[in-house]
Amino acid sequence: MTERRFAEVSRESVRLMAEGAGVELGDDVAALLAEDVCYRLREATQSSSQFMRHAKRRKLTVEDFNRALRWSNVEAICGYGAQDALPFRSVKEGELFFVEDRDVNLVELALATNIPKGCAETMVRVNVSYLDGKGNLEPQGTVPTAVQSLSDDLLKYYQQITRAILGEDPHLMKVALLDLQSNSKIAALLPYFVYVISGVKSVSHDLEQLNRLMHMVKSLVQNPYLYLGSYVRSLVSSVMYCILEPLAASINPLNDHWTLRDYAALLLSHIFWTHGDLVSGLYHQILLSLQKVLSDPVRPLCSHYGAVVGLHALGWKAVERVLFPHLPAYWANLQAVLDDYSVSNAQVKADGHKVYGAILVAVERLLKMKALSLSQSAEGQSGAHPGSVVGAVSYRVNSPGLSPPPEPLSEAALGIASHLQVGGAGCHWEEWTPVPLPAMYCELYSFFGDSLAVRFSTGTGFGTHSPCTPSQLSDSRKEPPGPASNLDTTRKMPQLTANLNISPRQDGSPRTDPPPPSLSGPGSRSRSSSSCSRQRSAGLSREVFPKARFTSPQTTPPAFSFLIGGRQMGQRCQGRRPFQTMFATTPPVSAIPPRTYAHKLPVIGRVGKPVRRWTCSHYSLHLPL
Amino acid sequence: MAAVQGGMGDADIKTDIKTEPSADGFGNNNANDGRVLSASPGSTPVTPEDQQTLLAVLQFLKKNKLTESVEILRREAGLPENSLDPKANESAGAGSGGAAGIVDLEGGDASSLLSRVTGSSSAGAQAPTKGTVQSGSGRDQPDVSVVLSAYSQQGDPTLYKVYYRDLKKFIETVLDCHRAELSQVFYPLFVHMYLELVYNNHESEAKAFFEKFSGDQECYYEEDLRILSGLTKKEHMRGNETLLDFRTSKFVLRISRDSYQLLKRHLQERQNNQIWNIIQEHLYIDIFDGMPRSKSQIDAMSGSLAGEAKREANKTKVYYGLLKEPEIELPLDDEDEEAENEEGKPKKKKPKKDSVGSKSKKQDPNAPSQNRIPLPELKDSDKLDKIMYMKEATKRIRLGPDNLPSVCFYTFLNAYQGLTAVDLTDDSSLIAGGFADSTVRVWSVTPKKLRKVKSAADLNLIDKESDDVLERIMDEKTASESKIMYGHSGPVYGISFSPDRNYLLSSSEDGTVRLWSLLTFTCLVAYKGHNYPVWDTQFSPYGYYFVSGGHDRVARLWATDHYQPLRIFSGHLADITCTRFHPNSNYVATGSSDRTIRLWDVLSGNCVRIFTGHKGPIHSLAFSPNGKFLASGATDGRVLLWDIGHGLMVGELKGHTDTIYSLRFSRDGEILASGSMDNTVRLWDAMKAFDDLETDDFTAATGHIHLQDNSQELLLGTYTTKSTPVIHLHFTRRNLLLAAGVSQL
Repeated sequence: MTERRFAEVSRESVRLMAEGAGVELGDDVAALLAEDVCYRLREATQSSSQFMRHAKRRKLTVEDFNRALRWSNVEAICGYGAQDALPFRSVKEGELFFVEDRDVNLVELALATNIPKGCAETMVRVNVSYLDGKGNLEPQGTVPTAVQSLSDDLLKYYQQITRAILGEDPHLMKVALLDLQSNSKIAALLPYFVYVISGVKSVSHDLEQLNRLMHMVKSLVQNPYLYLGSYVRSLVSSVMYCILEPLAASINPLNDHWTLRDYAALLLSHIFWTHGDLVSGLYHQILLSLQKVLSDPVRPLCSHYGAVVGLHALGWKAVERVLFPHLPAYWANLQAVLDDYSVSNAQVKADGHKVYGAILVAVERLLKMKALSLSQSAEGQSGAHPGSVVGAVSYRVNSPGLSPPPEPLSEAALGIASHLQVGGAGCHWEEWTPVPLPAMYCELYSFFGDSLAVRFSTGTGFGTHSPCTPSQLSDSRKEPPGPASNLDTTRKMPQLTANLNISPRQDGSPRTDPPPPSLSGPGSRSRSSSSCSRQRSAGLSREVFPKARFTSPQTTPPAFSFLIGGRQMGQRCQGRRPFQTMFATTPPVSAIPPRTYAHKLPVIGRVGKPVRRWTCSHYSLHLPL
Repeated sequence: MAAVQGGMGDADIKTDIKTEPSADGFGNNNANDGRVLSASPGSTPVTPEDQQTLLAVLQFLKKNKLTESVEILRREAGLPENSLDPKANESAGAGSGGAAGIVDLEGGDASSLLSRVTGSSSAGAQAPTKGTVQSGSGRDQPDVSVVLSAYSQQGDPTLYKVYYRDLKKFIETVLDCHRAELSQVFYPLFVHMYLELVYNNHESEAKAFFEKFSGDQECYYEEDLRILSGLTKKEHMRGNETLLDFRTSKFVLRISRDSYQLLKRHLQERQNNQIWNIIQEHLYIDIFDGMPRSKSQIDAMSGSLAGEAKREANKTKVYYGLLKEPEIELPLDDEDEEAENEEGKPKKKKPKKDSVGSKSKKQDPNAPSQNRIPLPELKDSDKLDKIMYMKEATKRIRLGPDNLPSVCFYTFLNAYQGLTAVDLTDDSSLIAGGFADSTVRVWSVTPKKLRKVKSAADLNLIDKESDDVLERIMDEKTASESKIMYGHSGPVYGISFSPDRNYLLSSSEDGTVRLWSLLTFTCLVAYKGHNYPVWDTQFSPYGYYFVSGGHDRVARLWATDHYQPLRIFSGHLADITCTRFHPNSNYVATGSSDRTIRLWDVLSGNCVRIFTGHKGPIHSLAFSPNGKFLASGATDGRVLLWDIGHGLMVGELKGHTDTIYSLRFSRDGEILASGSMDNTVRLWDAMKAFDDLETDDFTAATGHIHLQDNSQELLLGTYTTKSTPVIHLHFTRRNLLLAAGVSQL
């Protein structure tokens, strides 16, 4: 109270104003006047606040003040009613402050052609919300159907959004997706959008549309105002369709359905991390579906690929639990595909390499994460998870996915969408006991040989973090250059030098070949884009075989050369011979049989770092977004 | 109980006199007309004393050149026989012959009439009124100098601080149980001493005094202190409303006898006449026997501009019961309902019928007699509506803590002109908005569009005998979803539908209340009486009457067919911010910026309840459907619950963080919904709040309540809007909650 300060009008100001009006004031008169002016101003302000209160506003307006002045029989002040703030300027020389009063050109105003339309008509709009039993405000989107009817506005919005997303204009689509991601008032439309998305099955021939629908899923999932509720199941089902189904689009090898699968897998994991708690048993259902696909040899390789990337996206535990136990059985099939060099098998083989690459990436992370988790159990939860899916370490540690919720499998809900596996039905849930890390590595090594080892060539982070790992294991990685003597199979570590020169060119230029595999790429995206490039080239090769591969017109074709030496070794891969390949692609590329190229490349594996953040890789998608 | 010690009697009377002119000062010429007229019919025998008073009034009127009023008053006072004529007219106009009832029951006592007119809180003491009125009549605000002259006594200005500090020291050293009670004295003393200093031109001393002691005052007086701190000159005191309020009313304190004796002894020992004088002249100490109150008890009740309510003020019997519902035979289309019931809930109908039946048979012992005030007779359309209401009521959802209502929010879009008031019809079919641009807009919430009646020429062509004549008179060409009505010349602050949905009332900054027809969408009457902004208006639940209140500090009761008010409720010390009719239409509640709520008897015009406890201007009121309780919401963000019968505060609901602009009980009274500037609607368990009452005799007798802080238990739920202050709430007949507001984004 003591320090209460009021705005005051100084006596100098009063004198100045009086001078302006042509009156000379004495000092004492000015002082008295100043004090009185302050008081009257305060009084008027206080009464004007009454008008504000009764107008149920928080903002005092000029109009309020004028009304207060009228109460006290003072003339209202005109010219300050504008909505915009009036700039208050000072003149340095004269120590004068004034409100800027711009000239308005009336002629211009009168003859202006862009006559403002005036504001829309005042109207009343209705909104419904209700409380749950505990008195908490139920999130929007669960509007009871009884009161839910689409207003014209919503209907229009729905039509325009779907048209924009499924239409031709990439820019429009971008805008629509952004709005879908942030609009808070579309709760009522959610079922409609979900329905649209469930139309994936009818457009499985159209990769572009599938991609757009997946983006729609992403936007809906990311919209913080939407409560997805049980619609999660439907969305997951649509996404799983894109991951696992042998899409009609994949018949044409030119179609890059791999990228779609990758993206859908990431989306799946995202939905699961963020909305997995909405549907009980979702995790197990997803795992079961993936497992079923993986263990079904009749399914095409692209479905297997989807299952692998799906597992990979769901986290290393999923890989450990489903992929790893299946690997021995699966490997035989894959091996058979990869070892068939017949021309007719080229396409299938290329697909096989895709699967091979995907498995490799998945198990690599499995090993790393497992090692990390082992070391963390000792060190506490410090350190970042390389390749963590969501990025937030603590979240992942606590999230149900890493430590799958201990739900009884029989609980898995019935009547789920077709692409979610009902627990217990069809394929059994295997008794699963965690395999110790060294054993796991050994087993994996037996499949992949050095192409796995080379991924841990730095060895430090892993080795130091797992003091408990047997020397056998650490040896195998710590001395990559030397012979891994402790293993029963001798192996030579590959020596890989990569020399890559890529001339700058448009990344996504439509009909040219995709960029060459960038070995230094930062994540799975580079893998998939490289793999897709391979796929595409392989596809090309099949079609135009035996024509030259890099035939598409390029101003400055990339020049890169590899020197790969080493020996592909493993108990079960007898077919792999020691190899040393050198190829410099550009001009003589046509000389190299494409299938060799396609074959060798995955063997090189990926030297790049594993996935750091999934968001990053996810945004770097080669898609028109 | 005798309230004051012997020496205080005189002072008591003196200040009571002063209240009256204060009402006059803000009343205006029109109001004076109205008062006289409305009061006139009952004045039959005139005693000599009254004649003097009348003379004084006449003189005052003459000086203000109100010749017409003089004429009327003289005629009516001098020739009481004539007064029978207007009375007859009036009753005829009422259409029910009941207006006469008011008049007769009013009693012929002119003095009580006058006292009611000029200030209902004052009692007796007519003769001195003349003096004040006469002496002040020549000036704009005649009472100011009279009021302020009380300060002319000269004391040593430098000693004020000493006196105050002395008292403070004393109160700080008394026993704990007395300290809280005696601390109440601080604030009024502080203000009066400060004003005395200012009045006597001790500006610097006043400032020093203020700075030294203003920090000690309770935080809820902060608003007043802020106004006070700006006031440092005698000239400023003139015409300052807050100050006048403070001067003209005695600050009421409730203190136990023991505490009072303690204080009195101390002051007498110290010969501290300055303070003793102030206490005698400006304070009304309501002494009670028994235990001193605790700090929390005191805090719960204090905060108003003039202290607490005197206990006598709340002793009058209030007939809070509901009127008997008229018997209406259920229509013949019962078969419909039967069929419906078979489908849905066959159970519901039976108990409902019983309850309706029992309600209409038994007369509530607390209800006023059916014709205590004349009410309009039911028209056929009203009966139809009643039937509709009963039908809807059978489908009503019973709300409770486990069954909370859904809320349907009406957001006004593109209301750039500023939405200031909203009302919904009882059947939730129409919504009306009052806007800052002086317009009144009505929307139809149902698919049924709004139509005007055809023009007179077209109406002539209609076959009046046809069954659907009511449909035929409507002009289909004018059908639209909304209608705009122009007429006011200032923001529309209050709006209210008539129960029969044929009329709409709006009150505005321009000082008028307008009655609009919803058949022609034109203005029918502009009721002029308030010369200052009219903050609120509301129709009686039975129609015909309505109440308005505004900046001139009086609430007026009108009948739609009278262009002058029937009653003037005067007594609030600051603006009347909201007005509500009791469900039985016999009482009117008004909330005010003086932080009190008053309940007025429509029949006698007397104030029958004064509720204090809010710490800010009251902006919303709601009666519970059974008429027993009143809820009030203020700028302090609290909802207070009041027991009307006992005149007690019975609950405090804390949770809102900003002004509460709207309160509404569910149709069965289980849930109280409050809507606030903080963009939330909160639901409170009203049943529980009222059930937990401990209405033992002691509490009822002393008015000392123990409020437990159980707001969190009572809060059932919160709805939030994004950025839309909730300015109106309404429960549909089936108990769906409707809310309205305009987005501030």
